Amino acid sequence: MRDNIPAIQLSDIDFRWGSARSDFRIQVKNFRLEKNESAILVGPSGGGKSTLLSLICGTVRPQNGITKILGNDLENMSNSTRDNFRADNIGIIFQQFNLLPYLSALDNVLLPLEFSLKRKQTSGKTKQKIKSEAKRLLRNLSITPETIGRQKAATLSIGQQQRVAAARAFIGSPKLIIADEPTSSLDENSQEEFLEQLFYEKNATGASLLMVSHNPRITKRFDRLVKLENICTILPKQELVL
Amino acid sequence: MIIPRLAWKSIMNRRFTTILTILSIAVSTSLLLGVEKIRKSARASFINTISGTDLVVGARTGGVQLLLYSVFHIGDATANVTWKTVIDIKKRREVKWVVPIALGDSHRGYRVVGTSKEYFKKFKYRRNIPLTFTTGNKFSDLFDTVLGADVARSLNYKIGDKIVLAHGTGPVSIGKDHGDTPFRVSGILEYTGTPVDRAVHVSMEAIEAIHIGWETGAFSDQGNKKSPENLRKLDLRPKAVTALYVGLKSRMSTFSLQRWINTYLQEPITAILPGVIFGQLWSMIGNVEKALLIISTMVVFTAILGMIISILASLNERRREMAILRAVGAQPIQLFILFSAEATTIAFLGALIGFFSLYGVLFLIQPFIENLTGLYMEITAPEWNEMILMITIVGAAMLAGIVPAFRAYRTSLSDGLMIRD
Repeated sequence: MRDNIPAIQLSDIDFRWGSARSDFRIQVKNFRLEKNESAILVGPSGGGKSTLLSLICGTVRPQNGITKILGNDLENMSNSTRDNFRADNIGIIFQQFNLLPYLSALDNVLLPLEFSLKRKQTSGKTKQKIKSEAKRLLRNLSITPETIGRQKAATLSIGQQQRVAAARAFIGSPKLIIADEPTSSLDENSQEEFLEQLFYEKNATGASLLMVSHNPRITKRFDRLVKLENICTILPKQELVL
Repeated sequence: MIIPRLAWKSIMNRRFTTILTILSIAVSTSLLLGVEKIRKSARASFINTISGTDLVVGARTGGVQLLLYSVFHIGDATANVTWKTVIDIKKRREVKWVVPIALGDSHRGYRVVGTSKEYFKKFKYRRNIPLTFTTGNKFSDLFDTVLGADVARSLNYKIGDKIVLAHGTGPVSIGKDHGDTPFRVSGILEYTGTPVDRAVHVSMEAIEAIHIGWETGAFSDQGNKKSPENLRKLDLRPKAVTALYVGLKSRMSTFSLQRWINTYLQEPITAILPGVIFGQLWSMIGNVEKALLIISTMVVFTAILGMIISILASLNERRREMAILRAVGAQPIQLFILFSAEATTIAFLGALIGFFSLYGVLFLIQPFIENLTGLYMEITAPEWNEMILMITIVGAAMLAGIVPAFRAYRTSLSDGLMIRD
């Protein structure tokens, strides 16, 4: 039974930014991401993708509708419970500037464990084991933990930073990975390599993956292509530019 | 425990601006604590200009005026106290000792103080420190004089030098010299930081002797009577004093003796408790210290303000940092704590550094300050009020830190994961 629980289920979402922002409004009738599924979300820039991801991660709340993540209704949670839930269950990769510049790459990978006991316990029983798990993830993503891993995040190349961010998203095996155009700042070769490693980790941990991207070439790796305009209504109507 | 660690690393990441901010808080803390210390030292060394003396007696006048001329040698007495009265006071059974003071003459701008040998034993300053001699000794001859440290230093006198006193206290003394009775320097006193340093001490008898023939205010020559040899033969028992320092057997009787003196019928005289009048005097001139304190408080405010501005300025470029922390599960309240902790850490370090550098500097410059200004800065263990000042500084910084922290809180709430400009 539990196996049928979708990773993401949005129903009848209606969201507006606070009045001071704009009259931007996003409505989602129904969207599902199944367990283990990987989906790529494409849509025009400024078309509400980031807002959709914020809704899924529970950092903003819709005025109406139900957001279920891994079977848990975010709308029934208190703010701090939602923050803890996110820490425990969602790994997030941004477009760029993923890392705290003043921490080492390794410490950046370990950061989510400071906010999630569950992921800490999943990644290892002792400090030593947790550290070697972080190192293993880095190594899998072609980051040498003994050299680059010790460097301050600010000194890494963008490609290295994105890979460290991926390692951070996967540590402690969260069941949902959200990635917001993680490859857009990489060149073509690095993109391929990055995706290769991303999917390797996804399959190893059995996580579901929702990725936003502009790049049509990478869609073939994913189980499903989701067009934003097919699941969302954006108000007011905007010029669609791809 | 991650939040304090992040706060610290983030501070260290912006080391340069942070160190400057810490320094400005340190300097302002030193300033505030320093002013507070100077204030207390100045007050203490002022109020303890004379200690061990329970009452000061003079002709009837205001307490402040009596204190000014009898202890600070500022201004002049309106009248003298007769020797008979001195004897009457001395005979009271509460009285342990009396030291007479006779003023009115000067030597090159320095006041001459006629007194008894007891003076050198009974005059105490600061915390009951007695006078000591750098060189020489008390007067043993009629025409011996003991100089204060400043007098000896600025006029370059040494033991055995002959000096001539002048009648009156004005700077110009032409035609008013006690030229026929030169004095020999018999002793030079150690530096005290009190008016004693600027006084020329002679015996009461010497005052009597040099004023023979001056009874009318100007000198009327009485022939060769006034050679030192002739003067020595005369009865030189003092007839009057300008003021009287009185020590009591028990402090309990201070007020009753004061009442007795103030209601003494044979002659209008006044007795004051020097400590009380010092307090009154200080409260008159003490406004300067309050101004200093206000100014240094302002400096602390400015430093805290500078810190808040620098944190606020960093806030915008750190929105990304906040989004990352939110993404990995940090709650907005934790970001609030992060920024508060930063302000608090900076202020705490600043206050601590300021505190220690003040004491360091004090140790180094204490002797110079005493030599230059006569202000004795006592280095004591940090007092409670200093601790309270430091806690107040850190507390104020914490409070002020709420401004950027609250902004961070608000921004992290409205930004969510994605930074929207």
